[in-house]
Amino acid sequence: MYSNGSTMTREPVQDDGLALGLARLTPERIAATTQAFLKEETGARLQVYLDTCVHCGLCSEACHYYLSHDKDPSYSPVGKVNQTILQLVKKNGRVSPEFIGQAARVAYTECNLCRRCSMYCPFGIDIAYMVGLVRRLCFKLGVTPKYLQDTVNSHSATLNQMWVREDEWIDSLQWQEGEARDEVPGLRIPLEKEGAEIMYSVIGPEPKFRTQLIYQAAVIMHAAGADWTMPATPGWDNSDMAMYSGDYELMGRLKRAHFETAMRLKVKRIVMGECGHAFRSIHDVGNRWLGWRDRPIPVIHAVQYYHELLTSGKIRIAKKYDEAVTFHDPCNIVRGMGLGDMGREVAKALTPELVEMHPNREHNYCCCAGGGVINCGPPFRNTRVSGNKIKAEQLAATGVKTVIAPCHNCHGGLEDIIHHYKLDMKIKFLGDLIYECMEKPWE
Amino acid sequence: MHDVYQFVSGPLAWAAFGLFVGGSLYRIAAMILLARRKDVQVFEYMSLRYALRSILHWSVPFMSVNMRQRPVMTVVTFLFHLCLILSPLFVLGHVVMFDTSFGFSWPALPDQLADAMTLVVVAACLFFLGRRLSLAEAQYVTSFSDYAILALVAAPFITGFLAYHQFLDYQLMLVLHIVSGEAMLVAIPFTRLSHMLFAPFTRAYIGSEFGAVRHARDW
Repeated sequence: MYSNGSTMTREPVQDDGLALGLARLTPERIAATTQAFLKEETGARLQVYLDTCVHCGLCSEACHYYLSHDKDPSYSPVGKVNQTILQLVKKNGRVSPEFIGQAARVAYTECNLCRRCSMYCPFGIDIAYMVGLVRRLCFKLGVTPKYLQDTVNSHSATLNQMWVREDEWIDSLQWQEGEARDEVPGLRIPLEKEGAEIMYSVIGPEPKFRTQLIYQAAVIMHAAGADWTMPATPGWDNSDMAMYSGDYELMGRLKRAHFETAMRLKVKRIVMGECGHAFRSIHDVGNRWLGWRDRPIPVIHAVQYYHELLTSGKIRIAKKYDEAVTFHDPCNIVRGMGLGDMGREVAKALTPELVEMHPNREHNYCCCAGGGVINCGPPFRNTRVSGNKIKAEQLAATGVKTVIAPCHNCHGGLEDIIHHYKLDMKIKFLGDLIYECMEKPWE
Repeated sequence: MHDVYQFVSGPLAWAAFGLFVGGSLYRIAAMILLARRKDVQVFEYMSLRYALRSILHWSVPFMSVNMRQRPVMTVVTFLFHLCLILSPLFVLGHVVMFDTSFGFSWPALPDQLADAMTLVVVAACLFFLGRRLSLAEAQYVTSFSDYAILALVAAPFITGFLAYHQFLDYQLMLVLHIVSGEAMLVAIPFTRLSHMLFAPFTRAYIGSEFGAVRHARDW
């Protein structure tokens, strides 16, 4: 039998960031910070959610961690609330540093903030919001996972996620332009083109280690005859790990820099690469922190852009990809923007057959990498790989060899799962397939 | 016993209804005022269309995925809430009491139907109790107050049933029925039973966020 708020059983994990933060904490400091946090930063939503939840446990089936751990209730969404924010409120912050350590682990590494549980709660309680509150408090207490914090530090120092220097950024773009010109004569990656229709923005890892994606995007833009540009200044990175570490002040700086770069370039709209969390940050989190109800400038995700290019005939498909595929629905653009059908239409135009995973669309299981979990690095790799057996089973059941995932985090997460559970599968971006299958008039 | 009956069905009843109505209005007003100050986005993104869409999908049995995944729970929950709200409002005894006291009445349920509905509520409470005890995901987050609330809800129906059928001591059962009913009413605004007040708001908000902002379904 479980006692209420009982501590969970987990293998100990050594994370230097959490350990350092915890070593600095005293019960007095925790209480003072928590009380101030609850008073200043929480209000009716938290109160109503905690009062309304009847502890029915109906949200449990929504969570891939819960399902992957043989229905261990300490992984259920309400179980996570019970272990963290509920106790903090009940005890008004009078908890031990050990409690904060456990809460940080639950909030940062055992929840991807994928929001699937909101669709299973009969009251529509926003559980991801409450887990986000725990992260915010842990950040205020200085208790953040080391690898995640390092990413956030990079954001703070460089306005990008991967410690990419300004000259390296420009150099990477020019390098890709040079490479691409061997294939496509006359191709440009227009830098700082004021008044272009589109500012194309990417996440830090693209110039760092997925440079071919910039190459492919440039080829697609070229073929489509797009009037586009990329900035040569900080503000090019649309990603946002600060949103996930709880450093909302920094999140605001990042989003401001991104929007302001687009304004400076006087573009009509921003087109983002295939990233999910960056879309969330721009579409309905970071913009709100800055006081924008919507966005100061139209922003669309790559899936929307590809759809536009294909339906308008700006890109034509010359051949189909050589085998059947399945389509993974990234939470932040499907539960976050309803792009499931659009993504499928693009995928179907490129492939001979699309085999569905079940459940799918808004009900799809998470990749278990998002929400900053993969950014918590090696100490928690097993947490997310063992925490997503259910996804591996879902993938295996399709019987296909290729999974399309139009999201960077999903790629990272699915790659680890495919490797760990020995699934013989490849992961593709939609951009990979478009590049491979489109008509290239210059050939 | 007569004096006790006079007291619980008189001043105490007034107090209970007062606390229920006043407490509920207070909780809702306080929540709205607090949200105006601290949760502006709740108002900013509230959309009537998507709020109603969400409420509809969660008010009709089996219209959400989760309800379809748990058919037994769905049937029990809907029957429970339906009977819980309708039987006290339309049971003949209550209608007659109102008629005697205030001179107005409304159509009542046939006695046998009201009786059956009472038993449905009690049976559902037992089902919920069993669920709390046996399902790990519910047990894990259950504390004493969850059992207490269940007992609080079941009590007026059990005592009402016993009183109606004049099992045990009729006078005592009647008093217990009234007192437990009053306790439950008073508890609504001040315990987790306040989901009765807040559920429409939480649904409306998440429905609006999912529908108007994220263009996704929330059921």
